[in-house]
This record gives sequence, C-alpha cells and structure tokens, in this order.
Amino acid sequence: MRRIMVDRVREAVREAAARANFELGADTVKALEAAREREESAVGKEILERLLENAEIARTERIPMCQDTGLAVLFVELGQEVLLEGGEFNAALEEGIRLGYEEAYLRKSVCHPFTRANTGDNTPVIIHTEIVPGDRLKIWVVPKGGGSENMSRLFMLPPSAGWQGIKKRIVETVVEAGPNPCPPTILGIGIGGNFEGCALLAKKALLRPAGMPHPDPDIARKEQEILEEVNASGVGPQGLGGRVTSLAAHILMMPCHIASLPVAINLQCHANRHVEIEL
Amino acid sequence: MERVIDLATPLTAEQVTELKAGDRVTITGRIYTGRDAAHRRLFELIEKGEPLPIPLEGQVIYYVGPSPAAPGRVIGAAGPTTSYRMDAYTPKLLELGLKGMIGKGKRSEEVKAAIRRYKAVYMAAIGGAGALISRAVREAEVVAYEDLGPEAIRCLRVEGLPAVVVNDVHGNDLYVMGREAYRIR
Repeated sequence: MRRIMVDRVREAVREAAARANFELGADTVKALEAAREREESAVGKEILERLLENAEIARTERIPMCQDTGLAVLFVELGQEVLLEGGEFNAALEEGIRLGYEEAYLRKSVCHPFTRANTGDNTPVIIHTEIVPGDRLKIWVVPKGGGSENMSRLFMLPPSAGWQGIKKRIVETVVEAGPNPCPPTILGIGIGGNFEGCALLAKKALLRPAGMPHPDPDIARKEQEILEEVNASGVGPQGLGGRVTSLAAHILMMPCHIASLPVAINLQCHANRHVEIEL
Repeated sequence: MERVIDLATPLTAEQVTELKAGDRVTITGRIYTGRDAAHRRLFELIEKGEPLPIPLEGQVIYYVGPSPAAPGRVIGAAGPTTSYRMDAYTPKLLELGLKGMIGKGKRSEEVKAAIRRYKAVYMAAIGGAGALISRAVREAEVVAYEDLGPEAIRCLRVEGLPAVVVNDVHGNDLYVMGREAYRIR
C-alpha cells in the first residue's frame, strides 16, 4: 500500500482552487485563438479578442477570469493500493476548497435552495470518486459556473430516435440557450447509461482538453458533425451572431437499457476551468 | 456596430430613445448592482408599498455578483450574470423609472414590452470577461443588503464600461438580428 496523508490532499486542492480560477488552461486559450482566426463577424472577433485579453489579465494579476468562480466539482480517481491517512478524505477535499476560496478572494456562490441564504464558504462541494487500479491519486478540480449549468439538459429519448434524434436535441439545446451560457461553449455530451449515468458522463466529457477528439474515430466524427451543425446556427460569440458558437463537442458513451436512450448535454462556458492534480 | 456612444448615468428617456440595438456604448457614472436575491427583496418592498434602499428614477442596474476585492483592489472580477432570472421583477422596476439594465442573455417578451413602454434600454456586457471589466470600476460601495454577500446591492462608479445595446425602445433585439445574419440554412 502507498500511504498518502490527507493534509497533502487538502493543500493540493487549496492551491488548485485558486489556480483553476486565475489560469485558463492552454487547451482553451488555443481553442479561443483558433476561433478568433475563423470568426467572420467583426463583433464576434472582437469578443474573442477580449476574452483572450481577459484570460491574460486574470493570469498576470491573479484575479478570477470570471466572477462566477463556481460550485466546486471534484472528480477523484483513487488507486486501490492507496491508503489515505490522517483524517477524513472527503473532509480534506472540502476543507481545501473552503480555504482556497477564502484566501484567493474567490466568490462564495453556494446557497440554501429555498431561503437562498449563502453558506458563506462555497461548500458543500460535489465529489465523484472512482476506485481504479494502481497506487496513484488523481483529483480534477472543476469550478462550474451557474450560467452554463442552467442551460444544460437531459433527455430520455426513445431508442427509435437514433443518432439523428440525439443530434437534434443537442443542437436545439445549444441554439435555445443562445447567449445565456456565455458562448463560445464547450459541449459535454453523455450518451447511454441511465438517468444519472449519462449526466455524469456529460460532465466528465468536459475534463478532456478542449477539442481533443474521442479516441474512437466514429465517435470523433460524430463530435465533428455536432460542432459543425451548432456553428451553422449563427448564435456566435456571446450570442451576438457569428460562426463560432461552440469551441468543441466532447462525447462520452456507454451501453444503456434496451428500452432507453439517455442523452445529457452539459454546457460549459469559455471559462473552461479544470485543473488536474496527481499525488 | 460602427457607432460607439458615451453614455453618462443617470439616463433620460431622450438618451435611451436614441440608442439602437447593435450600438456599442461605454458607460460612465454611478450604477447599481443587483441580481437574484436583491431583486426579490426590492420587489417585496414595492409590493408592500415600502421605500426602496436605492433610487430607481433614471438609474441603471448592472446584473453582477462580483468576486470579493483582494487587498488594494476596488472590486474583484465583475462580469455580467444571466439576465432572464430578473425578468419576473423587471417590468415593475421599469414602471418605477429604471432606465437601463446591463447583463447578458435573452429577456422575456414581458420585459421587452416594458422596455418599449417605459422607454428604457437593455445592454449586454461580455459574459465571462470579469477580470477585464473590473478595470472600468473605480469605486464600489455596498449600499443595501450587506448580508447577501456577493448579491448585496453596490453602488459602483464606472468609467468607460463597455457594452452593446441588445433591446432598444424601438423593439429591436440584437440576439435575433445577430443570429439571423450568420445563420446557415
């Protein structure tokens, strides 16, 4: 067994919370740069330019790229040969977020669903843990903004809908969302599984570097097909019209029940924050 | 989108009548922040006939919940939040004299009708450009509902806050116009 003290986990998450919000990943910067080159709308081009400038200001001045520093989502891959010591693992993750958000002046965006009273420290967090072979511990810190999350959708389609039906729902979701999720967006798409399974696949699809195609060439082609249709919609940067509505479409798939065809679309704004930690 | 208009707050009906969807504006002067929870409270006060903590006549509300100001800064990141969540409260505020709104995203038919009826304007700032936009904020002071944290109402003094006119008094909607211009059928 490989021993990892949970204090180390807390400290890594604490640092990652700030880094995720200050430093837009190289994958997204590259995607925005490519979008700026191909955008035909003058306004759209300028918006993309401003977004790149915004990312640079955030990085150099250590100010969040977006005021919505998100609900903290943590994906964990825990090697089954890891022994976690020195305290409670989930509590350490949450404490890392709490400390990171406080000391980096990140916004506390979590509240009671009815009273809307702010919990004051950006907790609780959402944790998805998977036990995997090996002795490594991997954590993805993914602050997720409310604007794009609100435009996300889940459909339990009849199997007869097929690929055309799936595609139709995805494109409709993006077009109906229009300016609301802060386009250009990245589309996390989960197909198959069941009700909660496809939602989780959709979110997990967002962890992939923006624009990296699925390893299966057939699924990669489907990702491209969705991207082309979405970008033909004219929604454009910030919904003000243009050629670039989405930067990338990422699909994750798994088998489903013979009666079902679940599809989930998790919209991600251009502030595509995901930091990976390996301990 | 050739015109760039300097807009000084507070606004008059004459000023907003001249604005057209697609106009680029830079806003200078005092504006108020307000989002979900603050709108709910303002609306409740109006329903009870009680006085409001901020003036509405000619004013501009910016839908923003800024991140906290780090030491030496006026404000944290301060980009717009999605506006439709304020739609239920907006017609009433426009009736009471609110002249401008800054946010991002589509408005309801009721809000668009109220914009025409009461002569107001809805403008979009760049969503997700919170670090960049914060540079236009010169002063920030909480003026109501401090307990709401990021959702408290702040009075901001802004200089050259960039935005684009989306819904004007003439019934135009830039989100519809912009998309149609680039739609491939």
